[in-house]
Amino acid sequence: MTHKHIIPFGLLAKIWLALMVLTGVTVGVASFDFGFLNVLVAMSVASAKALLVVLFFMHLKYENRVLGAFVILVFVILAIFIGFTFFDVAWRPEAGA
Amino acid sequence: MHEPHKDYLGDKFGMWLFLFTEILLFGGLFLLYAIYLHRYPAEFHQGGLELSRIFGAANTVVLITSSFTVALAISALQQGRRGLCQGLLAATIALAGVFMVNKYFEWSAKIAHGIYPGSSEMAQAGGTNIFFGLYYVMTGAHGLHVVIGAAILGFCMLRIGQGRVTAEDFGLLENGGLYWHLVDLVWIFLFPLFYLIS
Repeated sequence: MTHKHIIPFGLLAKIWLALMVLTGVTVGVASFDFGFLNVLVAMSVASAKALLVVLFFMHLKYENRVLGAFVILVFVILAIFIGFTFFDVAWRPEAGA
Repeated sequence: MHEPHKDYLGDKFGMWLFLFTEILLFGGLFLLYAIYLHRYPAEFHQGGLELSRIFGAANTVVLITSSFTVALAISALQQGRRGLCQGLLAATIALAGVFMVNKYFEWSAKIAHGIYPGSSEMAQAGGTNIFFGLYYVMTGAHGLHVVIGAAILGFCMLRIGQGRVTAEDFGLLENGGLYWHLVDLVWIFLFPLFYLIS
């Protein structure tokens, strides 16, 4: 049994265009110095791009809900293991080595 | 003729499960990057300045466009436009080639400047050494995925040519495409972290 859902070329083209614009934004923003905010902005734009790729190019928007829940779970796990590591690393005194 | 057993949904779930392991593999490397960025912000800033933004941005455009062509190829196959699908897959593989050629020039330039693991210049560099160590490991692991992804898409082209993957039975191409999009996803994060960090 195949669940055939064909994404129209026009929609894919719009997603491609949005990804190009976001790439331009991230390169543009990088030429200003906002300190740590730069990393935050860069990661937010990258996450927005990733969301577009996952939902449309990877077809997740049209897939089984259970599959969507699994994908979210994986990113939550990733956030936990990066976040919890920083609870440790960020509060250490300057080690210097 | 005997109809072979097909489990479309099962195949797709299996592919995603594999992608989850890939996400966690690169996730571990991103964690390592984040910790060292936290420890050596100045060196990472300096390291980022050494990388060419032009090359990085060009490769971003190339890879996003290749993801676009794969997505188009899947839609084309589902509509029964086999020739168009084959052409789009060929374009995708060509873009993968462009990406790797850019990477070759980039790495060669770095190595010519004495920036490579174990070089005398890097031995005393501390945080900069770590930045470029991560640069080589992460873009190297990613580059390997580009090569494997292109090979998988080449295999899909072959199966479409043989009439084994069709407008009604397109699971293989979809799953091959998923792998390719993962390669794009990883690059979407690698690009700002290495090239735009300065």
